[in-house]
Amino acid sequence: MVNALELKHVDKVYDGPVPTQVLFDINLAFAENSFNAIIGSSGSGKSTLLNIMGTLDRATKGEVWVNSQSTAKLSRDGLAELRNQTIGFVFQFHFLLPEFTALENVLLPHRIGTSIISKEIVDRAHDIMELMGLSKVKNNPSARMSGGQQQRTAIARALINQPSIILADEPTGNLDSETTETTYELLRKIHQELNTTFIIITHDRRVAEKADRIVEIRDGKIALDMYR
Amino acid sequence: MRLALAIASRFLLSSKSQSVLIALGIGVGIGVQVFIGSLITGLQVSLIDTTIGNSAHITITSRNADRTIDDWQELYARVSQNPKYAATSATLTRPGFTVTNNQFETILIRGFQLPQADGIYNLSQALIAGEFRSGEVVIGRELATELNIEPGDEITILTGAGQRSQAVVSGLIDLKVAAINRSWVLMDLSTAQELLKIENLVTAIEIQLPDVFTAREEAERLKTELDEYLRVENWKDQNEQLLTGLQGQSTSSLMIQIFVIIAISLGITSVLAITVMQKSRQIGILKAMGIKDRQASLIFLFQGLMLGILGGILGIAIGLGLAFSFTKFAVNPDGSPLVPLVIVPTFLIGSGLVAIAASILASLAPARRSQKLDPMEVIRNG
Repeated sequence: MVNALELKHVDKVYDGPVPTQVLFDINLAFAENSFNAIIGSSGSGKSTLLNIMGTLDRATKGEVWVNSQSTAKLSRDGLAELRNQTIGFVFQFHFLLPEFTALENVLLPHRIGTSIISKEIVDRAHDIMELMGLSKVKNNPSARMSGGQQQRTAIARALINQPSIILADEPTGNLDSETTETTYELLRKIHQELNTTFIIITHDRRVAEKADRIVEIRDGKIALDMYR
Repeated sequence: MRLALAIASRFLLSSKSQSVLIALGIGVGIGVQVFIGSLITGLQVSLIDTTIGNSAHITITSRNADRTIDDWQELYARVSQNPKYAATSATLTRPGFTVTNNQFETILIRGFQLPQADGIYNLSQALIAGEFRSGEVVIGRELATELNIEPGDEITILTGAGQRSQAVVSGLIDLKVAAINRSWVLMDLSTAQELLKIENLVTAIEIQLPDVFTAREEAERLKTELDEYLRVENWKDQNEQLLTGLQGQSTSSLMIQIFVIIAISLGITSVLAITVMQKSRQIGILKAMGIKDRQASLIFLFQGLMLGILGGILGIAIGLGLAFSFTKFAVNPDGSPLVPLVIVPTFLIGSGLVAIAASILASLAPARRSQKLDPMEVIRNG
């Protein structure tokens, strides 16, 4: 089976007056089109792990392979391009640009990659937003939407470039339980329809149990790796 | 590039009042610069105009004992054919006296080629009464007042050589310089030659240039072409103090303009630096989504550019408005502006470009900050 993402012997040490090691020799591989959850308590190193997987942060030691390509030798621009084309991010906070409308926010990753906005891509944005139930608020300034709508817009934005990997860090952390439920149903639906690899960080076991694989991080090490 | 431009304009539009304030700040600065620049230029132009505008810029005289120029027709023909000269005229000038109405005054007898001399001295414009007539003379306004003379009256002229003759005053002239108005007695060349008993001779050939500031170089060039006994003088060498004054003005106005620009740049830098902080969350997420460092820095360069363009246009408008109202409110008793408004298009365009350049320069530091911003800073801190 082909791996969408692979970590080989990854260590992470934060410099400072007292250097802190947060990840210890992590070896992990995520198969293409899989739906994975990473769980762990606060401070376990799971967010650091996700940021390293997303090439936002560099590992102190070890390598990250994305789509069978090592990221070790890529420049900052090379990494930026890789992120733009292959990885979609969803964070706990939606990080929408308040200066733009919901639709414009969704189109941003595409515009970063190319300045041409074809009818096709606009149609795709409309489709994804419809899938997310955002049709009615498409043209709202992103600041003038409910929390759930904002987070769903952020998910739509992560999907626009049809990335092969979606990395989500507590994507429902700021949402109420009902919205959390519908958001996860959405993520599963997207997973089935778009054949995307999902790696979701959560501290909510009920959420994790919906994944095909659960990886638990404890004190910077893999404590549990379970397939369902 | 286009995305950076779109984001930059969106950032500016999203905080309209802040953007308007910065643009207004640049505008006021550039406005002051345009106003001061136009004022100083106007001041200098009017000063140069009144001082040397109606006089010869280069004068060719002779070192001969009697101060006359040999073969002056040939020399005049050569000089007057130079297309670079605005006007040329041969003159005969001699000191003399007038004894009229029991008044004894020293005068300067000046014979001009008419109408050529008009190109230099603007004589016909300066006439306040009467006209030039062959065989008759025109005298300065102050001299006429001193002697209590009106057009039609006669004056007695004593030449340096001792000849005494009578001349009819056909007109009065005001050449805007009291010393000239008190001493000059003007006539056409042949009248002067007859009066002074100097047959077919002149004492100077006078030249006016389109650009007064090239006088020294042109005089130097002429010197090499002409006979040794001829002397070539230019207004610059004869008006060192005026030149020093003009230079002082230019330097002080340049200093003011430089400090205005520094103030503008500091203002833009600090405001844009704050904007980078305000927008760091947006920049961070754009970087996470794959915007390249160069594009992230372009956003702020474009903001600087747009503020510069807006500020430059505002500045030119404010400056022109100030200058225009200055000519309307600061006026002479006769209603004419105290300082004439001189609008130099290249200076206006230059000021606009300065606004843009200063704004771009000021946005370099914020742009660099944006370039270096690590998305992790934003994502980790939320």
